[in-house]
Order: sequence, then structure tokens, then C-alpha cells
Amino acid sequence: MKVRSSGASEMAKSLLHLALMLLAGMVFAYPLLFMVAASFKPGEALFTDLGNPAALLPDARWSLNNYRAVFDKGAVGAYLLNSGLIALLSVGAGIFINSAAAFALAKLKWRGQGLVLTLIIGLLIVPFEVLAIPMLLIVSKLPWLDASGLTIGWLDTLHVQIIPFLANAFCVFLFYQFFKDVPDELVEAGRMDGASALTIYLRLVMPVCKPVIVTAAIVLFLGMWNQYLWPVMTVHTAGARPVMVGLQQFFGRSTQWGEVMAYACLITLPVMVFFLLFQKQFIRSVVGAGIKG
Amino acid sequence: MASDNAPSRFGHARWSEVAVLAGPALLLFAAFVLLPFVLAVGFSFTNVKLLQTERIEWTGLDNYTRMFALKLVDAPPAANETERAMPQRQWRQMKRAEPAGFDGYQYLTDISLGGRHYLIGARDPQFLRSIVNTFLFALMVVPLQTVLALAMALWVNQSFRGRVVLRTVFFSPVVTSMVVVAAIWGLILHTEAGLANQMLRAILGPDAPQPDWLGDPHLAMLSIAIMSAWQGAGFQMLIFLSGLQGISIDQYEAADVMGASLWQKFIYITLPGLKRTLVFVGLSTTIMAFGLFTQVDVLTGGGPMDSTSTLIFHSMRVGFREQDIAYGSAMTLFFFLFVLLLSLGQKKLMERLGR
Repeated sequence: MKVRSSGASEMAKSLLHLALMLLAGMVFAYPLLFMVAASFKPGEALFTDLGNPAALLPDARWSLNNYRAVFDKGAVGAYLLNSGLIALLSVGAGIFINSAAAFALAKLKWRGQGLVLTLIIGLLIVPFEVLAIPMLLIVSKLPWLDASGLTIGWLDTLHVQIIPFLANAFCVFLFYQFFKDVPDELVEAGRMDGASALTIYLRLVMPVCKPVIVTAAIVLFLGMWNQYLWPVMTVHTAGARPVMVGLQQFFGRSTQWGEVMAYACLITLPVMVFFLLFQKQFIRSVVGAGIKG
Repeated sequence: MASDNAPSRFGHARWSEVAVLAGPALLLFAAFVLLPFVLAVGFSFTNVKLLQTERIEWTGLDNYTRMFALKLVDAPPAANETERAMPQRQWRQMKRAEPAGFDGYQYLTDISLGGRHYLIGARDPQFLRSIVNTFLFALMVVPLQTVLALAMALWVNQSFRGRVVLRTVFFSPVVTSMVVVAAIWGLILHTEAGLANQMLRAILGPDAPQPDWLGDPHLAMLSIAIMSAWQGAGFQMLIFLSGLQGISIDQYEAADVMGASLWQKFIYITLPGLKRTLVFVGLSTTIMAFGLFTQVDVLTGGGPMDSTSTLIFHSMRVGFREQDIAYGSAMTLFFFLFVLLLSLGQKKLMERLGR
């Protein structure tokens, strides 16, 4: 008798817990699920459904019209390509530039390295907002040489969204901490074989630091993909526009909510899928970035 | 010197090696961090504009005094209540009567003190309003986000089926870009059709209040704070989770033996064990709160009536859109000093709390 009643109360407890989980889960998942569902619906259906569970369900009115529209009107394809290129190039080059500097700081001896290290750690604290305005002036005066010749000013280009962010103090710091723990013997063994510092860095040290590379890549990628303030300031033409600025503009102009949501989906899902696949690394990177950065 | 040229096991590295490895990063840091920072400091003491029309001059601390300069005047005796209720008009009338004394000042607010009525003007009333808004935002979002994150962490730290799924769901807004989050919430907070108001109608009936979440100056900042806490709490949850790992199970077991309640365990074991984490989360959330910009730019553009204009939003409006580089730089440097103080305070506090 007693056993059964405690069993019943256990049951009630776990049901309550389940209900709480569903409620909390809804609060946090609803906006994102809603974004996905709404992206397939025409505007009217979207609004009539908003307050009830139908908002998240497919129905007869589902179509890919919104997606077609954002590719036609919103040029989202071109923006995805821009942001993809920006992120890819930044992550690729950023990893080498920052890890190489970290290697020089952690494993080579040179005069002034203590000062340089202190300066770089000091840079961690300077918010980008402080640099943004003077940087706009700097990039508007910098020269650029490409196939079409010499031009002055980096505005409205892809490289203005890449080059200023390649050196990343947090990233240097991340690699520095890892390299500190790499045994000196590894470097010295390389030296004995007559290898240059560059060879030791590329052949001996980089191959053993894959976990840090993954972490750094995730942190750099998220930062570049989500860039907003800087491209708002420097990119005013569609040619080099990244996805987030594209969405902001589309959001400001369009009253077709279904299309806005389709746009939001397109730029969120790649990151989301990536996150679900590499959850462990993602969480480690983002938390690491938060605690140290 | 031999040590500078020849590589040796314990000597100095070759300068050429250092230059190849560290050179690119150092050059980039110099060009895109150090130089803009030095320029920002320099500009803040001048009258530089993006498109320069006047002569560039040193203006000393003028940009800094412009942020905070106030002017207090006795309000003229009001003829009636209506006139008294319109201090802004009184200010305009006084300014028209005596333009020189009010030069460069705009109406900010009015205040009644000791039976007397004053009008207060400022050289940049938008800046002062933005500062107040930024503090208000921090006051709302920091406790909200911290408590939410702590509750979430304590919850998913239990062992039950589905905890990993729940943790993933809690964290998913963090990997969603703030611009996307703002666009979705713009729909949820839509006055007539948005989910928030539809839910109010569903619960309270057809006469339920239908607030204009983003259009009401009293509500807009609160709405942004709720949205921001929702987006960011999953991140602090993870930090709390790693803090919880550091509390030894023995303490809880000992408490169980003594018959302590859940609440007692939370107050006497969990909270003290999380002291460092709480300080870290609280202060870093505060620092982030003071940088509020994206949500405002996407959702409200600083409005309605400047009620969501923040320190960074205002400095970008001035420094970038209005092209007043010098004054914009002075404001962002003020922001920097503030963040610096908070970070130093955080460091000191963490050191005092020990490991």
C-alpha cells in the first residue's frame, strides 16, 4: 500500500518534471522552430497561426515561395557567398598568423618578447567599438592593388571585412597557452637536426595542436559570420554585402514576414547544423572564449 | 653579436625567424588595433570630422565636457498648471529671450527641489539619456540573465533523461546570430499579431492589455532586455555548470547525512561554492550589457523617443552617421574607461576570493 502511494507520487513528480521540461524547452526552442515553420508559409497564414500550435506545423499552404523570393529579390545567394568567403579566408589565414606569433612568443627567445606578450594580452580588453571609428578612416585611405590596378580606399570590398580582423589577440593567447605546454625537447630536437624555427613550427608543433586549431576556428568563424557593426560602417553596396547586413536591410524593408524568416533560416541553419554535429567542440570553444576573453 | 645570428639551444632566436613568424600578426595589430586606438585618443581632443570643413584644431577636453555639461536654471513662475506641465516649452521661451546664455544647450529635464522648480539643459541630452538607458538595461538584464542561467545550470546538472537535449536547447540561441534573434523577436513582439500579445489574449481574454512592446518608451528597453537574456543565458549556464563541477560531492553527502533540505544545500553549499563563478558571470554580463548595440540597431533604431538609445548606439550615431569622429571617439573612450574599471574590479575581486 505504502509502496504504491509513493510510486504514484514519484510518477506525479516525474510527470511534473516532464511538463516543466517541455515548457522550458518550448520557451527556448519556439522562436527558432517558428522561424523554420514560418519560412514555408505565406504571410497571412503566418499571422493567423502565430498564437497556436499550428504555427509550428506544416499544412496545405506550405511552399518554397519564400525561399524563391529571397533568392530573387534579396540576393541572398550572393550574400551567402560573400560571408562564406569572408569566414573561410579569415579562419584559414587567421589560424596561421596567430599561431605563428604565439609560437614565436612561447618557444623562441628574443628581446622584447615579454613586452609584446603583455601588449597583446592588454589588447584583449580594448572593445572593438573604440577602434571602429578611427579604423573607418584608416581603411578609407589604404591602397589596394589588384588586376584592375591601384585603388585607394578599401570600402565596399571583401578584404575590408577580412584583413583588419586577421590578427586576433584572443586567438594568439589561446595558442600561446597550448604551446607553453608543448615540451621544449620537441623544439630542441628539431634544432639539433638543423631545422629552422619555421620548419619546427609547421612540421612538429602544428600537427600536435589540432584541438586548439578546432577551437580557434570555431571562435573565429562565429565572429566573422555574425559580423554586423563593421560591415554596416564599411559596405554600402550589394557587391560585398555580408549576410547579417543583408538580413537587417531585408528586415527593414520587407513586410513579407515569411520571406524574412526564410532569409533568417538560410543564414542560421548552416551554423546550427554545424553546431549540432560538433556540439562538444562548440561548447568548449565558446565557453573557453568567454572565460579567457 | 653571435647570439643574435646563430641559432643555439639556449640562446636567442634569429631575428629573421622571429620576423617571419610573429611579424604578420604584429604588423596587423599595429595597423588595426594600436593605430586606431592611438588615433581615437588623439581625435578625442580635436574637432576632426570625417568630411573636414573647418580647420582641424586642438579643442582640449571640450569633447569630454560636452558629454556631461549641464545647465540649471530657475523655471519662470508658471501661470498655470498646463504651462508648468510643459517645461520644454518654458525652456524654449527662455532660450528665445536670451539666446547667448543658452548657447549650445538643449533641454534635458526638469526637477522640483525644495519647493522650487528648475529646468535642466545639457550640451548633449541624447548622450545623458543614452547613459541612463544603458544603466537601466544593465540593471534589468544582468540579474535576469544571471538568475536564469544559474537556474538552468542547476537543472541540467541533475541526472535525468533528456538533460543533454535540454542543455542543447538552452544553448541553441547562443549560436544564433543576434541579428537573426532580433528579427524573430520582432515578429513575436508585434503589437497586433505577435505571439506575446496573442498569448495575453488567450490567457486573460479579449480585454487583455495589448502592450506595444517595442513602440512604448517605457517597455522597449525591457523587451530588449528579456530578448537579450533569452539569447545569452545558455552561455552563462555553461560557465555555471563548470563552476558546479568544482564543488565536491562530499559536501552534499555530508549535508544529506545531517538531513539538510534542498534549499539549505543550495544556500550553504552551492552558492558559496559558486562565489567566484557568480562574480565572473555577473561582471562579464555587465560588461557585455554596456556594449548593447546590435539589438537596438535592428529592432528600434534607438527609439521610441530615444528610450533605447545606448552609449554605443549614440557614439556610433554621432561618430559614424553624423561623421563627428572626434566626439564619437571621446564617447567610445569613455566607454572603454568604464569597461576597464569593471575588468580591473573583476580581477581584484577574483583574486581576493582565491581559487
